Parts: sequence; C-alpha cells; structure tokens
Amino acid sequence: MKPAPFDYLAPESLDAALEALARHGGDAKLLAGGQSLIPVMNFRLAQPAVLIDLNRLRELDQIRADDDGGLRIGAMTRQRTLERDPRIAERAPLLHEAVPFIAHPQIRNRGTLGGSLAHADPAAELPAVAVALRARLRLRRAGGERWVEARDFFAGLLTTALEPDEILVEVALPPPAPRSGWAFLEVARRHGDYAQVGLAAGVSLDDAGRCREARLVYLSVGDRPVEAREAARLLEGTTPSDETVAAAADKASQDEMDPTGDIHASADFKRHLARVLTKRVLRRAFARAKGEA
Amino acid sequence: MTAHRVRVTVNERVYEREIEPRLLLSDFLRHELGLTGTHVGCEHGVCGACTVLVDGLAARSCLMLAVQANGAELVTVEGLMKDGQLHPLQQAFHEHHGLQCGFCTPGMLLTALDLLRTNPRPTEVEIRQGLSAVLCRCTGYQGIVKAVEAAAVALRSSR
Repeated sequence: MKPAPFDYLAPESLDAALEALARHGGDAKLLAGGQSLIPVMNFRLAQPAVLIDLNRLRELDQIRADDDGGLRIGAMTRQRTLERDPRIAERAPLLHEAVPFIAHPQIRNRGTLGGSLAHADPAAELPAVAVALRARLRLRRAGGERWVEARDFFAGLLTTALEPDEILVEVALPPPAPRSGWAFLEVARRHGDYAQVGLAAGVSLDDAGRCREARLVYLSVGDRPVEAREAARLLEGTTPSDETVAAAADKASQDEMDPTGDIHASADFKRHLARVLTKRVLRRAFARAKGEA
Repeated sequence: MTAHRVRVTVNERVYEREIEPRLLLSDFLRHELGLTGTHVGCEHGVCGACTVLVDGLAARSCLMLAVQANGAELVTVEGLMKDGQLHPLQQAFHEHHGLQCGFCTPGMLLTALDLLRTNPRPTEVEIRQGLSAVLCRCTGYQGIVKAVEAAAVALRSSR
C-alpha cells in the first residue's frame, strides 16, 4: 500500500459532493483526474483523512456552446476531450493548441481541466491558458456559488482562491474577439516534460490593422501564471512589426518576470527562452489575426 | 476505514473483491487478481510501465485507485494474445527487437495500442511522442519504434 489510509466517498451528484465537502472541509481532498494528487499520496506527502472522488459526477463532464459564441466547460472534462472536441478547436483555439503540450496521452486520458486549474502548478499549461482566455471560474459551495476571474484565482504556488468548502465546477470562456489570433508554445527538455518556459498569447487587431489588445501569459517563470501587461501595452495601438514584437519580448523577459533557476535552466536562460518564445508566439498570433496563417 | 466491494472486468473476465480504498489499481491487478504482467516501476506516474487500458484508453494504473475502476473494463498485457496467437503488436516487438529485459514492455504495448487506435497511421515522430510516457532503459527505443511502425501496417491490413 502506498497511500496512507483514508475514507473514500464517491458521490453520485454535485449536491452530495458539496455536502460531503461541507462536512469534512479541511480534512478532505477532492479527487479529479488524480494525475497530481495520487503521486503525492503515494509519496505520503498528502495524507487526507477523506477522499471525495468527483469522477462519478457526469454533470461536471460536459461542454456547452453558448449562444454568444462562448463555451461552458465542466470542470471534470478530460484533457483528452479538450484536445478532440471540435467546439474547443473552433471557439477556443488557444486551448486546443495548448492541450497536446500537457504531459502525455495517458495523463490526458485521465487528467481534467478543473483538476489542473485547482492544482495551480505554475509550470502547468491550463492555468496560463485560462488567464490568457480571460476565463471565468464558477466555484460552488453547499447553498451558494461565486464566479472568479482566472487571473484572480491563482494566488501562488499550488494555491488558489478556493475555500476549503468550495468546488470548481465550471469554466466559462468568452467568445473570441473579431480579428483575433493566438499561439501557444513551450520549451521542454523532452516531449511531455514540464516546460522550462511556456507562453499562451492572444492578440486582436482593429480595422486599421493596429493591435487592439494583446495578452501574454507565461508559465514556469514565477509562482503562478505570469501576465506581462507592460509588454502588451507596448504592442497595443501600434501596427505589429518585427520591432514592436522585439520590444515586447525584451520588456516581458527583462522586467515582468522573476524566474527561479534550477539545475536544467538558470534564471538568465529562462529569460532568454522567454524572449525567443515571445517573438515566435507573437509572430504566429499576429499572422493568424491577419488571416495569414 | 471500510472495505469497498469492486467489480471489474479485466481481459473480458469479471472479478469481484473487497478492498481497502487506498489500494492502487496496479497493486490490485498484481496482488488481488494475480495478473503480474502489469509491471510496477516508479509508482508515481513517471515510468509508464504499469500502463493498462481503462475503458479503452491508456492510463497509468499506479495513478488510479482500484475502487475507481469499479464497473470499468480493463485490458492488461495478459489480454493481448488471442487463440494462442500473439497480438500483432507483440509479434512486431518480437520481430524487431522491441524489448530486451522486458520490464517496460507491458506498458509499451498498451500505450502503443491506444496510440494506434487513436492514430492508425502515425509518423515516426508521432510514435516517439506517443511512447514518450514509457521509459525503456535497454533498447534505446529504436527497435520499439520500428516495431510500432510494423504493427501499424499489420493492424491496418488486418482490418
């Protein structure tokens, strides 16, 4: 036996899950895809007294296309589904592009959207994508709910705005803006490894071809998804060019992140990767916004 | 802690057991059902040796609790051979030296099976990426990649 003993609850409805969580609160952990939680339980780094398995909640495993062009994605939607569902590809192409970078197929077969967001690993793809897409997260508790913007949800390393009695149940994505482009890229030592640096970006253009809005959200360069607002401001209002893209890449990598080095990548090397990735990602995103790619 | 009754279908045979909820699926297969073909390497989701199919999709059995498999249909390496004949993937691994010590092989085979069902015509790069979740310390992967390429052809022509 690897994990320490726990009581196992597998509620059949969200209401029952919320009730169980209200009863056990801080002693309980929620089990989604288990691809991060079960390893730490195997190491006994996590020893929850109660495990509440969300895998029987079919109501959290569905995708709905909103009339306004947005999407509502249940928190227990598997990453494999995000990768393959045509509605994701059409309405959230940035998410569609990012999912194949998440670990490996075996992991994506089990891993869920909500699980990855609630785990809040700063090296994970989905938190950065959620911030870049201006996702809104629906948090339920027994007898109530609230909505939180993705950028307010991530509070630090493996830490979120979730209270002990709340469950992340749904992710709402707004429709893509007109004349918008996107791109996701990351650098990892081997395919499927955690990214040394990654970037989720979205841009949109006005009628004159100037950048109307830019969003640059990095992973693996801080304790949470790191958005480079100053770099985005350098782009906004200007006609995209190699010069504006290079200026944004310099700004973001030098002034708007504070990466921690590790044995594989020093902080300086991560800044270098961030600068290079920013240029590649922005070129691709602007080309898509212009309909060239 | 209460015992939980689970009923699973493994390789088309139904098993029922009373188990502790903390029992990992990998240990359940090996210790409760005696299906020791599923190998356990790292036990924290890195090596991929314990990969099995859960309701048709590859998953690491060390990252699932056995209670979660209640009602599920599993395939392990023991379920690949049919009527005394090696599965085309097994045959290809045999012919192309896709294994040496054999420890990673069950995980490689089931990962490759999911890969080829999802993508019957993978490129070499797609095969390498698809298998990147399973670590092999003997072969250098070359024989494994060749075996999966050959199996893809064999599986397409047997359809």
